[in-house]
Amino acid sequence: MQTAGGVSACLPIHSDLDLVWVRQHVRQAAAQLGFGLVAQTKLVTAASELARNTLVHGGGGQMECAPVSRGGGQGLRLSFSDEGPGIPDLDQALRDGYTSGEGLGMGLGGARRLVHEFHVDSRQGRGTTVTVTSWVSGPPRPREEQ
Amino acid sequence: MTGAFPSPYGGQLPVLRIGDVLLVTLQGDLHDGTAEQLQEDVSEAAADSRVKGVVIDLSGVEIVDSFLGRVLSDIAAKTRLLAAETVVAGMRPAVAITLVELGLTLPGLRTALSSDEAIRLLGEVSISPRHERTRQESP
Ligand SMILES: Nc1ncnc2c1ncn2[C@@H]1O[C@H](COP(=O)(O)OP(=O)(O)OP(=O)(O)O)[C@@H](O)[C@H]1O
Ligand SMILES: [Mg+2]
Repeated sequence: MQTAGGVSACLPIHSDLDLVWVRQHVRQAAAQLGFGLVAQTKLVTAASELARNTLVHGGGGQMECAPVSRGGGQGLRLSFSDEGPGIPDLDQALRDGYTSGEGLGMGLGGARRLVHEFHVDSRQGRGTTVTVTSWVSGPPRPREEQ
Repeated sequence: MTGAFPSPYGGQLPVLRIGDVLLVTLQGDLHDGTAEQLQEDVSEAAADSRVKGVVIDLSGVEIVDSFLGRVLSDIAAKTRLLAAETVVAGMRPAVAITLVELGLTLPGLRTALSSDEAIRLLGEVSISPRHERTRQESP
């Protein structure tokens, strides 16, 4: 377990080299919090998709990374924000295969499947923030079910 | 900030030729630019020389996202136009599981457990298309 670097960070996303740093930071933060290998890989892959969207569609921005806890469970929250054009039709954007560019159109919908919680806040002409959270021991159950 | 990590690979990847097979080994975390360069290098090498197949060794790769997935599919599509086949070798289980959930199917790509197996597979492919696959398992 390493303490250097820490989990909380705010990283710029302005080039494809920044995407590499984002992936590496998420990897080590997830490992530090105790996520297993598959869970780490899912988070890093989701982060890579979202960070690339921030870069390509949002014109650049940043990722904030922070540990979270709820009901005794530990998790990692990643927030990708830009001040780009925004997403005019979110349902369409989330659909597998939809792309406004020349991608595969799998990034946004795929990232949503790879994390436990997924939230998009987008305003036309003002920018987009996508926030995702995953929990080390799975999503905390609602109290009624326990 | 990130001094504890090996620096990402931003250079050129060697495309090795073994008999009539091209072998590329990907390692660590690739720049998008490096992946795109790879696509060019492979198609060039495959066009230049009579190549039966392309093996891409992914055993050192920790994630495949939609960008790298698309690069791999494009390599397979181009290689196919030259009547050769692409095999992805040694993909880690965590990467494979994640790819399925991401929804990437990697059309046109065959998979093998290791690059040795991939090269063997390609050797058999052109000699006899189908049924000899299981015959010569060496211990
Ligand atoms: N941050 C963003 N700002 C503006 N538009 C976005 C943003 N993120 C996604 N979009 C829109 O949503 C669409 C779908 O995104 P998604 O990541 O699924 O596909 P893609 O980026 O086009 O291709 P892929 O990720 O498969 O290479 C994009 O084509 C784009 O129109
Ligand atoms: Mg995308």
